[in-house]
Amino acid sequence: MAEEVKLFGIRGSPFSHRIEIALKLKGVSYEYIEEDLQNKSPLLLKYNPVHKKIPVLLHNGKPIAESIVILEYIEETWKTNPILPADPYERAIARFWAKFLDDKCMLAAWNACWAKEKEREKAMEEASEGLKTLEGELKDKKFFGGDKVGMVDIVATFIAFWLTAVQEVVGADLLTPEKFPILFKWSEDLVGCPIIKENLPPRDLLTANFRARLESSK
Amino acid sequence: MADKVILLDFWPSPFGMRARIALAEKGIKYEYKEEDLRNKSPLLLQMNPIHKKIPVLVHNGKPICESLIQVQYIDEVWNDKAPLLPSDPYARAQARFWADYVDKKIYEVGSKIWRTKGEEQEAAKKEFVECFKVLEAELGDKHYFGGLNLGYVDVVLVPFYSWFHAYEQCGNFSIEAECPKIVAWAKRCMRKESVSKSLPDQEKVCGFALQMRKRFGIE
Repeated sequence: MAEEVKLFGIRGSPFSHRIEIALKLKGVSYEYIEEDLQNKSPLLLKYNPVHKKIPVLLHNGKPIAESIVILEYIEETWKTNPILPADPYERAIARFWAKFLDDKCMLAAWNACWAKEKEREKAMEEASEGLKTLEGELKDKKFFGGDKVGMVDIVATFIAFWLTAVQEVVGADLLTPEKFPILFKWSEDLVGCPIIKENLPPRDLLTANFRARLESSK
Repeated sequence: MADKVILLDFWPSPFGMRARIALAEKGIKYEYKEEDLRNKSPLLLQMNPIHKKIPVLVHNGKPICESLIQVQYIDEVWNDKAPLLPSDPYARAQARFWADYVDKKIYEVGSKIWRTKGEEQEAAKKEFVECFKVLEAELGDKHYFGGLNLGYVDVVLVPFYSWFHAYEQCGNFSIEAECPKIVAWAKRCMRKESVSKSLPDQEKVCGFALQMRKRFGIE
């Protein structure tokens, strides 16, 4: 029976891009459906009634929501190119870092870039702490997943790509080779991987979005 | 070689209770270490240097942090009995989705009920009831969220039952009146020793919450 895989996403969203990267890494064919967050489709509301958000993966008509839940599902369903370690302890560590990235780093980095003048210093400090912690975890590994890109790297793509784009637009210097040499090298290596590179949104789409946001906040 | 398992915990923490229930379900013997959160032990700071929080599960000297991750780890390592997550990937994804929902919503909104007053508290109560109604709909007619047996979502959610009296007292409302199915489900869970022995007495938790309320000067 042919598999039917559909992904509801937003071009430019780091969350839906995570899913695309994982599906591509595992060689899974899928249909991509672009959503409009200002005008959510009836299908999106039907498949994610609780949060009404993207990404939503539809596999043979059955929906899965929440990006990390989707990544774990993809890992368990399609066994090619595993993105999580086989050892339960190593797996727990990977899950810890994925959660740290989403709960702490992402929000902190985002806030630091968009913070108002007087809150900026504190926000930058908090975001820097997060990046420092990540650098400490990376140590001498090429990727968080070891020699190969793993789930943590996929989740951290927002740092490697989105953060560098936002930084450029708002003039923040959070992730620089001087401040975080290991993390900066990792970000270049990650974005240089064919699977990742081919599945990122065009950089000027992101910078255009961020510029528009910057203008409207003035 | 026998496994050595330690749990660094704080008695009223619903997150700690999750690990306690999972360990009990699997029949694992472990050493329980009560932490004083105003005077954290060197072991806690060493085992969870990033967040410095409880619970921390230490298995043969190696730490695992974050309660949902701990429950999954326990389920994967001690996989010979009482499976908490289903074996089917889609069912597992649903269980993870609901555990994530509980994590995102319940602690935050529950804390607002005992930590605030007035309009903020009223808004929190309303959201609390809404969230539990969503969970009630998901439970449906099932015995447990896990179906016929206690599962991952049950383990993740039931600890908050020990806080129900605290929420009701501070918020002046009845959870049973608003969400009878949830209370019935919780009582069903409490008939299992793994749950009843892992949850503190509701009165004790209520006393703790009232004490904290006084300490924060909310009244």
